[in-house]
Amino acid sequence: MATSNFISAVTQALKEEMERDDGVFVLGEDVGAKGGVFRATEGLYEQFGELRVLDTPLAESAIAGVGIGAAMYGLRPVAEMQFADFMLPAVNQIISEAAKIRYRSNNDWDVPITVRAPYGGGIHGALYHSQSLEALFASTPGLKVVIPSTPYDVKGLLKAAIRDPDPVLFFEHKKAYRLIKGEVPEEDYTVPIGTADVKREGEDVTVMTYGLCVHFALEAAEKLEAEGISTHVLDLRTVYPLDHAAVVEAARHTGKILLVTEDNKEGSVLNEAAATIAENCLFDLDAPVERLAAPDVPAMPYASPLEKHYMMNTEKVEKAIRELAEF
Amino acid sequence: MSEAKHERLGLERQQLQGMLQTMLTARKIDERMWLLNRAGKIPFVISCQGHEAAQVGAVTALRPDEDYLLPYYRDMGMVLHFGMTVKDLMMAGFARAEDPNSGGRQMPGHFGSKKHRIVTGSSPVTTQVPHAVGFAMAGKIKKENFVCLTSFGEGSSNQGDFHEAANFAGVHRLPVIFFCENNHYAISVPVDRQIACERVSDRASSYGMHGETIDGNDPLAVYEAVKNAADRGRDGAGPSLIETMSYRLTPHSSDDDDRSYRSRDEVDDARKKDGIVTFTEYLKTRELLTDTEEKDMHDAIQQTIDEATEAAEEAAYAEAETTLDHVYHS
Repeated sequence: MATSNFISAVTQALKEEMERDDGVFVLGEDVGAKGGVFRATEGLYEQFGELRVLDTPLAESAIAGVGIGAAMYGLRPVAEMQFADFMLPAVNQIISEAAKIRYRSNNDWDVPITVRAPYGGGIHGALYHSQSLEALFASTPGLKVVIPSTPYDVKGLLKAAIRDPDPVLFFEHKKAYRLIKGEVPEEDYTVPIGTADVKREGEDVTVMTYGLCVHFALEAAEKLEAEGISTHVLDLRTVYPLDHAAVVEAARHTGKILLVTEDNKEGSVLNEAAATIAENCLFDLDAPVERLAAPDVPAMPYASPLEKHYMMNTEKVEKAIRELAEF
Repeated sequence: MSEAKHERLGLERQQLQGMLQTMLTARKIDERMWLLNRAGKIPFVISCQGHEAAQVGAVTALRPDEDYLLPYYRDMGMVLHFGMTVKDLMMAGFARAEDPNSGGRQMPGHFGSKKHRIVTGSSPVTTQVPHAVGFAMAGKIKKENFVCLTSFGEGSSNQGDFHEAANFAGVHRLPVIFFCENNHYAISVPVDRQIACERVSDRASSYGMHGETIDGNDPLAVYEAVKNAADRGRDGAGPSLIETMSYRLTPHSSDDDDRSYRSRDEVDDARKKDGIVTFTEYLKTRELLTDTEEKDMHDAIQQTIDEATEAAEEAAYAEAETTLDHVYHS
């Protein structure tokens, strides 16, 4: 099995899906000859040509809206938003249109679009190249919001997103692009959207998280193992709609739950997990449900000490797990 | 006597009468909807009145069996031509399960039918305009030769989605007809408080496309402009922006009272130029429509609307539990 980094898994999934189905096409800013600002579409322009690897004008609502139109026609567009932070002009198209078209047309029309966007910080991106936007979309029935953590899941989930008959928002942590490596099979496979995944078995504390934070949790768990603390790590993978059954099962498994996100604390997608645990696991808990998240400030600053203060990291997760284990 | 306009356009008696019939059907359905609303039988109406000539002139120039229509909420004349029936529209008015647009989920005027190539629309204005560009882009990728007509009001031409979509279509030379039905008012705000340029069609040049403004009360002029735009689109010459000058003869909707922002004299003047009146005169003057044919046409439409009203009134709502259906594919 080949080892691949996170972004190569994105490219591999796109390439294989475009080879498999000639209705799949990519559109976005700089996706063509340049291959994307993060190189996610590298080589695709040369292989598939300018119509299927379409450089669009710099206008996010049109990228989403044109993609939605092409999806309703019957193609499988993959729209790239250069940064999640720049998706806001497209929110009307995503929330008022893509999410509601099947419902409002009584199942006559559908929108099988995938919208990819790099999110997250820790790369000196400051306020507008670092945000986590998943919570904005995570109360919108009709949408699916996927945030993978490993190259294996990237390939399988992105393929599943492209084949999904409904709109899928696919957030990729930009710091993970070249930092996170892992085994990626060369053959075709998908990972089901809507299912969380246990990334590490443990008995003392359950960490539930997603995206890059999964790796912080795994590193912390590794260190704590030496201290005799056994950590269970649930990777949510799809943050909307949430895999409620997996959340309940993982919560009951240890009775001590730490929810970790890089997003602001109040209103994050993890609050749905906390509510689900509160509704279902009252008599299974051995400690209050803990949340570890970014402070409630608008977004992360540019200067290193400020960015570090905001950003999630392994040490913060490790400390929180230890405290919970000792509760 | 010089050649009449319809002869120059190659439109024959039967087609011309068909155009009038569709215009009249839209008008009469709309009038019935207002009666039903005021009688407390349906919650809401949003009108086509004053726009029928522009709408029917435009769609007569299209091919409903291959082109796509992305209308806005006033386009009853367009959707009738694309295959929506009087009964369908009445079912929508009453929000019945049989409403093919949405099964009673959306307000009236939110048209959509895959079978008829009418693309579903919403209420935030102008969101359908980038979708039209998406259909056209898909057609280009698949090497199809259809055109897409999308319509909107002059107020909506200020939305970012209009400008983003028009630019996109211009850059990629896509066969989209941007059809602006200028009726002088965005609810209450007159056009001189909406746009700084003289005409909406002035905006076309910014996006590398043909633009023109025509009399929306003249269905033949509109037909000609849209036919030329469709031909350009099919020939690979890119998009067009066609602006029709019409007048909204009713308040914005059943919840609006227009007396606070426009005079009765102004509305009465507009009624004299109503495209249904002037087009009927055009046909009768040239012996393309007899008094008997006109009366029969009115009677037949009225009967169809009566039957459709009765059928819709008696039809069932969707089962309450179906509220939960069709959020995702199942």
